[in-house]
Amino acid sequence: MKNKKLNLVLLGLALVAPFALYPVFLMKVLCFALFACAFNLLLGYAGLLSFGHAVFLGTGSYVTGYLMLTYSITPEIGILAGVGASALLGLVYGKLAVKREGIYFAMVTLALAQLAFFFYLQAPFTGGEDGLQGVPRGELFGFIDLNNNLTMYYFVLAVFLFGFLLIQRTIHSPFGQVMKAIRENEPRAISLGYKVNQYKLLAFVLSATLAGLAGSTKALVFQLSSLTDVHWFMSGEVVLMTLLGGMGTLWGPVLGAGTIVSMQNFLASSPLANYIHVVMGVVFILCVLTFRNGMVGELQKLIRKNF
Amino acid sequence: MATIFGINLFALFGQLLVGLINGSFYALLALGLAIIFGLLKIINFSHGALYMLGAFGAYLGLNYLGIDYWWALVLVPIAVGALGILLERTLIRPIANEDHLYSLLLTFGIALILQGLFTHWFGSSGMPYAIPEELKGGTRLPFMYLPDYRAWIIVFSLSVCAVTWYIIEKTKLGAYLRAGTENPQLMQAFGINVPLIVTLTYGFGVGLAGLAGVLAAPVYSVSPEMGSNILIVVFAIVVIGGMGSIGGAILTGLAMGVVEGLTKYFYPEASTTVIFLVMVLVLLTKPAGLFGKEA
Amino acid sequence: MKLMRKTLIASALIAATGAAQAAEISDGKVKIGVLGDMGGVYADISGQGSVEAVKMAVEDFGGTVLGKPIEVVYADTQLKPDVGSTIARTWIEDEQVDVINGAVASSVTGAVTKVMTAAEKITLITASASHAFTTKACSPFNAHWTYDVVSLANGTVKPMVQSGKQKWFFITADYAFGHALESVASGVIKENGGEVLGAVRAPLGTTDFSSYILQAQSAGADVIALANAGTDMVNSLKTAAEFGVTDMVDVAGLLVFTPNAQALDPAIAGGMKLTTGFYWDMDEKTREWSERYMARMDGKIPAMPHAGAYSSTIHYLKAVEAAGTDDSKAVMAKMKEMPVEDFFSRNGYLRADGRMVHDMLQVRIKNADERSSDNDIFAIEKVIPGDEAFLPLEAGGCEFAMAMAKK
Repeated sequence: MKNKKLNLVLLGLALVAPFALYPVFLMKVLCFALFACAFNLLLGYAGLLSFGHAVFLGTGSYVTGYLMLTYSITPEIGILAGVGASALLGLVYGKLAVKREGIYFAMVTLALAQLAFFFYLQAPFTGGEDGLQGVPRGELFGFIDLNNNLTMYYFVLAVFLFGFLLIQRTIHSPFGQVMKAIRENEPRAISLGYKVNQYKLLAFVLSATLAGLAGSTKALVFQLSSLTDVHWFMSGEVVLMTLLGGMGTLWGPVLGAGTIVSMQNFLASSPLANYIHVVMGVVFILCVLTFRNGMVGELQKLIRKNF
Repeated sequence: MATIFGINLFALFGQLLVGLINGSFYALLALGLAIIFGLLKIINFSHGALYMLGAFGAYLGLNYLGIDYWWALVLVPIAVGALGILLERTLIRPIANEDHLYSLLLTFGIALILQGLFTHWFGSSGMPYAIPEELKGGTRLPFMYLPDYRAWIIVFSLSVCAVTWYIIEKTKLGAYLRAGTENPQLMQAFGINVPLIVTLTYGFGVGLAGLAGVLAAPVYSVSPEMGSNILIVVFAIVVIGGMGSIGGAILTGLAMGVVEGLTKYFYPEASTTVIFLVMVLVLLTKPAGLFGKEA
Repeated sequence: MKLMRKTLIASALIAATGAAQAAEISDGKVKIGVLGDMGGVYADISGQGSVEAVKMAVEDFGGTVLGKPIEVVYADTQLKPDVGSTIARTWIEDEQVDVINGAVASSVTGAVTKVMTAAEKITLITASASHAFTTKACSPFNAHWTYDVVSLANGTVKPMVQSGKQKWFFITADYAFGHALESVASGVIKENGGEVLGAVRAPLGTTDFSSYILQAQSAGADVIALANAGTDMVNSLKTAAEFGVTDMVDVAGLLVFTPNAQALDPAIAGGMKLTTGFYWDMDEKTREWSERYMARMDGKIPAMPHAGAYSSTIHYLKAVEAAGTDDSKAVMAKMKEMPVEDFFSRNGYLRADGRMVHDMLQVRIKNADERSSDNDIFAIEKVIPGDEAFLPLEAGGCEFAMAMAKK
């Protein structure tokens, strides 16, 4: 009951936020929050650390960006195509990666992502280092003009909520329970007769699909697809967001993404601009040393202890 | 010119030799990384930054303290190693028993800080460092001109790799080391100071990175970015060789240098990617790497 | 007939009052946003130096224009196009920034100018090299200031081909900027009767150039041209020297910034010829400004983008004053009308397509024994008149500018 009230308050805040804060900034936060949530589904609930998740963000972004630029299609079709491409790539990469565990899984995903990075760098349709610029936002369903930042914001919010609720549903479904069981004790899950690799693959594909959704939406928000989205640094950033916010918690990645994006925005135009990497490094270290459970995780611990 | 199947053989030999030189750097860096992972189970993402620190150590030593190249080759690795020990004691030790993921993130944070500070202090254009007088000049081989300093890189780094491999795999000290990290309680019971061994091993591993940095200073630009560029390639090498396999890291380092050299000849655009292709192929066929043991 | 005349007068009156209303500064101040790379590979040639140069320009202008204060804000693009375009958007929509100065890396500049053009605001491009911003991707709101790839190729390549260096081989940075530089330079070589034997594309941030140098060497060229920048340029040149290539063939750096030239051992780089838009030690005027700059920047000498950032800011402010408004279209018209003449720009003017055409310098890197200090790095060989250095308007294919020229 309490939770429901809290959710309603948060939703209310999200609805009025663009009147207080700059909408494009909020949309950036939402896109990264969705990306981090998708990543968290894999790391926090299935226990798989992918170190190449940016590739799915980037694939969604490039496919949507390219189609919107080249053909006059509506944004929802563009997004669907981007998401489809990410899902497909997720299926292929997932098939290869889920056979491996732990650090090897991380390394296979990193290596596969590097191969995709090379493809996007060389492929003629991506514009190389320049990326795809001036991607049109178009008109949603052919009649809602997304060029207005406020309209676009509510569309992004809807996309985010869709992804977020899907993840919430997944976690609380029987499928989610099996995933958690695998994370906690894989041999036991196997002995119970679960086809562990199939579950992992499904989680991987779902995560890749949602990461692609974040990427497709991001391409429309910024009207741009670039190599930044597929670079391994982006893969590292999403780990940081998830960890900082609290992996394995529903709200952690959202909070983590919000914190990191705000920090980057704030630092970029402050006297500390020179120190942006230093500050990020310090956050990394503090986070690992002092609150490994992340902000939400530590908060939950605190509440559990005191109430 | 000698050609076969339309391939210029002289040019190809040149590329192979150059690949071997690069491979020596890879081997030296991969060795340090493999020691730290193999014995301590720490995924040291700050390895590249410490390599950069080694190169800057040589540069600063020469320009502010009057330490020449040869002294730098001795002193800088010790200094970098000492810094490594400090980092291990203060930051890495507290999370020794946590998931590997955390040491990876922690050392990644350290790398960001080091790189950020040096960019702030020295800019990003890179600092010049001259080749020492004794190693200037070169030899004209039938197929290419081999600078003396490049030859020195091969000889020196391979010697260091060989000695290190011998110490760890064949001597009593090495045996303590391996045993101390595999079964710390038992060794502690035998009266061996395991935490000290761990600290010293970490110091030695990053000292190797510092050494590679000094070795690189005269041939590559001494710049804050130099470490992050090479780091993930070296990571791939350690994984291909089999994480924790000392000999595997050395051999794979050399081999990947050669593979890269060949790629540069046939399809240069892909030279930074080919190692990852090899990595995917190896991990899919031999999960524990070429020389690793299946856990 | 009478009626028509009346309406004519009326509309003239309306137009006049409209102009009078526009003769104001929107929101009571002029805000200049400086976009740079603060901590990445181009921090030395844009970054804090550009911010400081713009601040100097504002101070020298008196801190106010048309009685209203001038404000400077700055931000780090981290060399990411998405970060750059977000900042540009926020600045325009949220912080009433009137003009952006700086922009480095063609990918970032491209994204930023798209946002600025859509918002009808001026971008003063002072660090980017690609000539696209005044040709294919030109915009009535772009002013490309310091230099571009064409002027570099014309300045460095042309005289070498004409002096008999016929066969060329390229080592090219494998991204948009490198490709543009290579293709423009190849064009210049062929036009002047030279021959391009081949090119090898090295990925950005390559640590070891020895294999590329070997390939270039075995091609049998007279000149090895380096179509790269920054650390890549430094590394490739050092490697060429080490492998004894510089003794046998000429190596031409197509884009060398002063901090890069300083980073190179004079024994290696000494004697190399290159083209630059500015050198701090050229004459009394450049020295006067540069010394003030150095006093603010811990003694670092200014690179050409820094001088360009100052020059473009002053010119912009003068145009605001002349136009009596900060309305972008009116200001841009004035900028294109007034000559650009200061310590940086000699015989300069802003062309219809947004290209600021000014004299470029062909310089030679000094050998160690010629240098009186660490900052004494270039000897000026020749001044290249702007119209010879830059691509002619007609050849650029910038549509709106061609249409304007036809009228």
